[in-house]
Amino acid sequence: MLKQYETVFIATPVLSDVQMKDAVAKYTDLIKANGGEVVYEEDWGLKQLAYSIQHKTSGFYYLIEFKADPQFIGTLETQYRRDERILRYLTVALDSNAVAYAEKRRNNKLNPKAAPEQEEAPKVEEETVTEE
Amino acid sequence: MAQNNNNGEIRYLNPPTVEVRKKKYCRFKKAGIKYVDYKDAEFLKKFLNEQGKILPRRITGTSLKFQRKVAQAIKRARSIALLPYVTDLLK
Repeated sequence: MLKQYETVFIATPVLSDVQMKDAVAKYTDLIKANGGEVVYEEDWGLKQLAYSIQHKTSGFYYLIEFKADPQFIGTLETQYRRDERILRYLTVALDSNAVAYAEKRRNNKLNPKAAPEQEEAPKVEEETVTEE
Repeated sequence: MAQNNNNGEIRYLNPPTVEVRKKKYCRFKKAGIKYVDYKDAEFLKKFLNEQGKILPRRITGTSLKFQRKVAQAIKRARSIALLPYVTDLLK
């Protein structure tokens, strides 16, 4: 039974484009090799980190949505831990609401004009009620 | 006082400030949002104070169900360095 997951990892900023592609390919191949399927990939590019990790203030973010057997997550995370290029990773199982959200988000990214900002509907004014 | 007795009504120096507090509401319930995304750091910042601490429900008005989800999302965002654990002058 395949379950849907998404994983974000941060790679060191010292990698070149080719090396980054290599790293991404490694993990997508790993997913495919273990009977999973990659649903969606997204490159966030070089981003500033909110705090420094291993004395680095920026990193390449990459998001992969995939379906895989729950057993596989352990192997994936072991690979992450062994990989010196990876500063940080996060793997999250998606429940039905999350899957729906991910699908919507994906469609928004693919054709941004078709569905303009549905999810961020309430731009509530800053609430400054502090007493009580 | 003399003024008060003049014409039987109370008069104030300043207009009385009657506090009409706006009813708080859960923005997730109102907008029908079912999933709180940890990847959207800008949105999650609405639930943090300047030091990057999570604001309590009594201030944001979020329902308990979604407060838990918000907290979870914020913690995830922190772990992948989208949000800081501690800081000054966030926003």
